[in-house]
Amino acid sequence: MQSSLKNMVLSLGLITIVAALLLGGVYVLTADTIAKAELKAQIDAIGEVAPEFDNNPLEEVYIHKANAGTKDSLTIEVYPARMGGKLVGAAVKSSSMNGFSGEITIMYGFKADGTVNNYKVLKHAETAGLGSKMQEWFRSLKGNQSVLGLNPSKDNMTVSKDGGAVDAITAATITSRAFLEALNSAFEAYCAVTEKDKEGQNNE
Amino acid sequence: MLAYISIIITAIFVNNIVFAQFLGICPFLGVSKRLSSAVGMGMAVTFVMAIATAVTYILQMYVLDPLGVSFLQTIAFILVIAALVQVLEIIMKKTMPVLYQALGVFLPLITTNCAVLGVAIQVIQKNMTLAESLVYSVSTALGFTLALIIFAGIREQLALSKVPAAMKGTPIALITAGILAMAFMGFAGIKIA
Amino acid sequence: MNKLKFILESAIKNNPIFVLLLGMCPTLGTTSSAINGMSMGLATMGVLICSNVAISMLRNVVPDKVRIPAFIVVIASFVTVLQMLLQAYLPALYETLGIFIPLIVVNCILLGRAEAYASKNGVVDSFCDGAGVGLGFTVSLTILGSVRELLGTGRIFDIPVYNEEYGSLVFILAPGAFIVLGLLIAVVNKLKTVK
Repeated sequence: MQSSLKNMVLSLGLITIVAALLLGGVYVLTADTIAKAELKAQIDAIGEVAPEFDNNPLEEVYIHKANAGTKDSLTIEVYPARMGGKLVGAAVKSSSMNGFSGEITIMYGFKADGTVNNYKVLKHAETAGLGSKMQEWFRSLKGNQSVLGLNPSKDNMTVSKDGGAVDAITAATITSRAFLEALNSAFEAYCAVTEKDKEGQNNE
Repeated sequence: MLAYISIIITAIFVNNIVFAQFLGICPFLGVSKRLSSAVGMGMAVTFVMAIATAVTYILQMYVLDPLGVSFLQTIAFILVIAALVQVLEIIMKKTMPVLYQALGVFLPLITTNCAVLGVAIQVIQKNMTLAESLVYSVSTALGFTLALIIFAGIREQLALSKVPAAMKGTPIALITAGILAMAFMGFAGIKIA
Repeated sequence: MNKLKFILESAIKNNPIFVLLLGMCPTLGTTSSAINGMSMGLATMGVLICSNVAISMLRNVVPDKVRIPAFIVVIASFVTVLQMLLQAYLPALYETLGIFIPLIVVNCILLGRAEAYASKNGVVDSFCDGAGVGLGFTVSLTILGSVRELLGTGRIFDIPVYNEEYGSLVFILAPGAFIVLGLLIAVVNKLKTVK
């Protein structure tokens, strides 16, 4: 088609307007589902890692700031799990910036005494086949791989290379260190929150 | 300061855009037959990437985010980049004819270089500041240039060597790139501070 | 029947990866496993079919001089729609493919087919062209992903074929992507000369 200034501006303008309307429409249609999908992922992860509970951990979330003001500052979310009003543990969303390819975010579950109940990797960019093995590795019963049933207040939660109690993923020590670092910060946050929680219960 | 040095080293070597992130492969394979054009392409990409990242960053922070229309990111960014390349071409032709002669032929190719759009999106995803974004985009482009120059140097030699007929051209080039990527894996895990 | 033949022909003759060598970034970046490669292929195919049809419908109303920007707007819109749909209904896949979803916009295959085919042919033909080239892309990505997954972890589509210990991890990592693709293209070149 011949180009004139008028038809160029007109046709481009029309296409852009139609495209914007289309996108706006799809956005409105999907925004709700996207929010729900994100919330569901969060709830599923909590349900998977925390001990059995009958409260709504999402509503009781504590935000714990670690290393505030430094470049390692972290925001850790602690979701308390209660059974009949009594604290039985928590799901803790923690992260570490020291993964092989940057940030890893993991949901850890603790029992009331601080024992690791379970974990779920929420977000990572580690190498497929190496670092990404952390999704299963720290659950496996082989050797000293598993962190489940260990208690960070008693056990040394570092890799065996650094003198700790956990075997690192073969050829992915950096990822393993980041995983345990996130676990330790999660545990610290959990302890801080249980202290606060006890005070809160006493005041009532 | 250390943070910036860390960004530079990571972007050029550890997380090289071509060998580790697989972005910008088309120009990497297409414009690497001669060393001279590799240098020109590298410079053109550096130039465009720095400006494009700055413009899209400001667009995201001051237009898309406040209006709550960040879902228009992809479409807005690609249009900005395409327009920017056109404008740059016109300005360069008028005011810097020498530079235009050197880089002009590569400019139109850059619109479809996914590295430019990729970096623009990455700096938003990584929540970088404007200064960090600029440092990141320039060093990523330098990493691209480095990859391109090394690769072109090897390909110039490769053109003279005997290669099985089926392996000629792209296949042997890809395998060479694979070996180079292996070499770059040696940088993996390097951390500054 | 003719249409089907046309689709298959364009999948082979215009195979974007092994013949035209287009769209290399997602080809290398998302094929660390068969399933990832296939998902990326299908996502691209979806956008390609939609953009081909839309551009073919617009071919008589868009002035020549602004056709490239118009095509880019059309393609980018479909990519954004896809991005939102994936995020809503397949969030896990959205996470896996990551930045390569918005980058479908700059996949040379899309603009290439728009310019070379859809802007000159009718809606039905353009649909078939999109389906054919998209199919070729999907199959190629699936093959590349399968080979890498098999050599790297001893599985295909997550189904164990041999013991993982004998797999060579390098094939899942970046170098393996380049090397496997190089070898596959060499095989295709060889087959072409045999015929």
